[in-house]
Amino acid sequence: MDNLQILFAAPIFTLQLLIDGILIGSIFALAAYGMAMVWGVMKIINFAQGEFVILGGFILYSLTRIGLNPFLAIPLVPVVLFVVGWALYQIVIVRIVEKDLFISILATFGIAILLQQLMNQVFGADVQTVDPGLGTWFLFDNAITVLQIKVVSFFVAVVLGALLALFMKKTRLGQAIRATSQDARAARILGVDTNRVYATTFAVNAAICGAAGALVVMTWVIQPFAGLAYTIRSFMIVIIAGLGNVAGVIFAGLGLGAAENFAGFLLGAEFQAAFIFSLLVVILVWRNFELRLQRGYLK
Amino acid sequence: MNITGRKPILYGIILIVSLIAPWLMPAYQTQLAFLWVMVLFALTWDIIGGQMGYNSFGNIVFFGLGMYTTAVVQRNMHFSIEEYVHVAGRVEMLTPVQYLEGLFLGMGLGAVIAVAAAAFLGACILAMGMRGQYFGICTLGLGVAAGELANGWEYIGAGSGLVTPVFPDQLGQRGAFFYYIFFVLAIIAFVTLRKLYAGRFGLAINAIRDDEDKAEAMGIYTTRHKIVAWCISAFFLSLTGGAAGHLIGFIDPTEVAFAGSTFGVWMILMAILGGKGTLWGPVIGAVIFHITQEVFWTYLFGWQRVALGALIVAIVVFFPEGILGWVRERWPERFGYRVEKSQAVSSSGGGAL
Amino acid sequence: MSEQQLMVEGVTKRFGGVVANDKISLSVPTGSIIGLIGPNGSGKTTLFNSIVGYHPVEAGSIRFEGQELTGLRVQAIARLGLLRTFQQTRIYGKMTCVENMQISVPHSNEGLRTMFSEYPQEVTRKAESLLEFVGLYEKRYLMAGDLSFGQQKLLEFAMALMNEPKMLLLDEPTAGINPTLINGLIERLKRTNTDLGITLFVIEHNMRAIMNLAEYIYCLAHGELLTSGPPEQIQKDQQVIDAYLGAK
Repeated sequence: MDNLQILFAAPIFTLQLLIDGILIGSIFALAAYGMAMVWGVMKIINFAQGEFVILGGFILYSLTRIGLNPFLAIPLVPVVLFVVGWALYQIVIVRIVEKDLFISILATFGIAILLQQLMNQVFGADVQTVDPGLGTWFLFDNAITVLQIKVVSFFVAVVLGALLALFMKKTRLGQAIRATSQDARAARILGVDTNRVYATTFAVNAAICGAAGALVVMTWVIQPFAGLAYTIRSFMIVIIAGLGNVAGVIFAGLGLGAAENFAGFLLGAEFQAAFIFSLLVVILVWRNFELRLQRGYLK
Repeated sequence: MNITGRKPILYGIILIVSLIAPWLMPAYQTQLAFLWVMVLFALTWDIIGGQMGYNSFGNIVFFGLGMYTTAVVQRNMHFSIEEYVHVAGRVEMLTPVQYLEGLFLGMGLGAVIAVAAAAFLGACILAMGMRGQYFGICTLGLGVAAGELANGWEYIGAGSGLVTPVFPDQLGQRGAFFYYIFFVLAIIAFVTLRKLYAGRFGLAINAIRDDEDKAEAMGIYTTRHKIVAWCISAFFLSLTGGAAGHLIGFIDPTEVAFAGSTFGVWMILMAILGGKGTLWGPVIGAVIFHITQEVFWTYLFGWQRVALGALIVAIVVFFPEGILGWVRERWPERFGYRVEKSQAVSSSGGGAL
Repeated sequence: MSEQQLMVEGVTKRFGGVVANDKISLSVPTGSIIGLIGPNGSGKTTLFNSIVGYHPVEAGSIRFEGQELTGLRVQAIARLGLLRTFQQTRIYGKMTCVENMQISVPHSNEGLRTMFSEYPQEVTRKAESLLEFVGLYEKRYLMAGDLSFGQQKLLEFAMALMNEPKMLLLDEPTAGINPTLINGLIERLKRTNTDLGITLFVIEHNMRAIMNLAEYIYCLAHGELLTSGPPEQIQKDQQVIDAYLGAK
């Protein structure tokens, strides 16, 4: 492959891909953290995760279209998504929380399809982006270009992540969420309103995705049908890191961002999506294989 | 689990109506043909989903494999590849014999490839013990990945897809022709499954669904049955795909062949709507879903897909037991669940509904 | 001394840092009824799980009729004629009782040809007679999931018999059964042993039941084999009494 040779011949290029990958990976990690939260607390794998992200992007896009400065608009996006998440919980999710896992995947996937089509109707199928009006940094004699917005996004993602961690550790609601994720029945007996916890968790997750989406639309592009890729990315990161492993989510997220970037370069942009979904299959098959080996024999 | 002896009459009516339908509603021949495609979608999914409990989100892989294989065979038999790829707008005419040869040979090869794929995937995934939601998500990945890979493969047209040859006039109306193909295929599939579900195989896969660990502890050859079930599903689904590609005329890798978010999900929905794990459930679900979809398309133009998305959520959340599931709970005796003090009059386990 | 059908030697099973079974050695002679008792958490079910191949063991050997079981898969061990019932009672909930029985025929001789055939009439007749043996004949066309817990337990037992096992590992067969029905169950178990020749290895918490049923009893405590002996001896064994009281 010529592209591979380029990487070896010009290692600086590898650095470029790595930097870009890590910067976008921070956003992946953020969305993954939200998915892990919902999974841990409600035992639901939210298959509409990516659509929440895209929706967040479209909300920011709409706000900037009516004249708002993107950076002022960013804080509004999680608020809107929080409401959306809360509403979806009350209408749909509350009815499937303690049902079997197949139903929850199918239901959230149904929500994803519904959201995709709604966004398609309202915003059109075109790819959209928001220009944050920031510049570019040139490093190493112009060999490496780093879009300033990407660095800003990275820091926003980090700050949001830290705020979330604080929320979970220090606030009463955060503690209630953690207690519920460990043992819902025990938490209920101890007086925790689990329904409230579930609703809040789901809504907070939607808000997190919204924030991620706002960052995505500025650093990259969004499109109504691009959500599934984000859902799968979040899922893969959670699988690799393991539920409850925050550091793992961060590293896996950054790693996935980098891996995807390299794959896109080596295989060509048209195969980047194929890479993501094939990687999913490989990860699941591998993980399954490992579990069987751990058990002592191949079942 | 029997319904009463009114069955032959019911079958007869359905048969007759189905046979003359294309003549009754000639304007809707293609949609009617598609009705049987949906029935096949639901029936083939239900084998491993409803009957065996392995909820696959990626069965569409076999549909696409059949579709592409048939189209490629059809193309390669009659044209050189360069000629075909650079056609762009020219209309390709085949003689009826050529068309049928390509179609049936293609479908046959497609079935072989799909079954081989099912066996291979089964060995990597099912035999290794992947179950439940991980199986579902893994197959989802497979379905979408297949579409994306096809999207990039030049030999089969990449993103531009493949166009299947024009239907020769001498064979009659395209809609009617494919209507009967799918109708016959659906009948064969239905009868095959009916026999399968009534015997050992049906009980074995039901046992795997109800409690796989127990089935293993009782010595059932679970791996063998799981792989065979998936192969049977792949067989019928690939034949459906092969013919469907020729009916639709244009094969798009992600929207038609490996359409994970449309056909791939509808398969599951239809089986659930009618009542998964039953023989007639998927059929009923497919008919209702298809009619509803056609109604949406006609009257809600623009918002039809949004309405369909809402319908999916509504079915899953509010009606997961499906029509037959609901009937079964209300009137269990109709399904044969009863206290029977006397010596058996009806056969046991036969005529699974 | 009759043959030892099941020989467990030095079996150790760990779960992370916990040693659930510590060098357990015992044996079950062909055609006997042997009991396994011990306070909660002493490792009884874990031992059963190890024997039937549900998980691998860290050390030791398990031989059934001379064949080494460690390393074999669950299905393979079941096909050798060694079956177990579950503490929580597991049956196929969405199938009728008759179907539950039909699918429980021995599977050792199956191949691809028999996979698609129907069950012959004798299978159905045998299923119905076994259902009658456990008192479920009238309920044979009901969905197994709709039966009461006690009825499901009986169904699970009948399914085990249907499989023509050589030896049956029963995990708390009387748990959850109405006390007035326990004697009837014990009688059925004894008949299974004498009439059908099936060896029984039984975990039990109901002391009266197991003392009545078993001819020899092993007692586990804290993952180790504490002591063993005939029922009269075990009943009076101070170590056993202490183990149970200590567990409280």
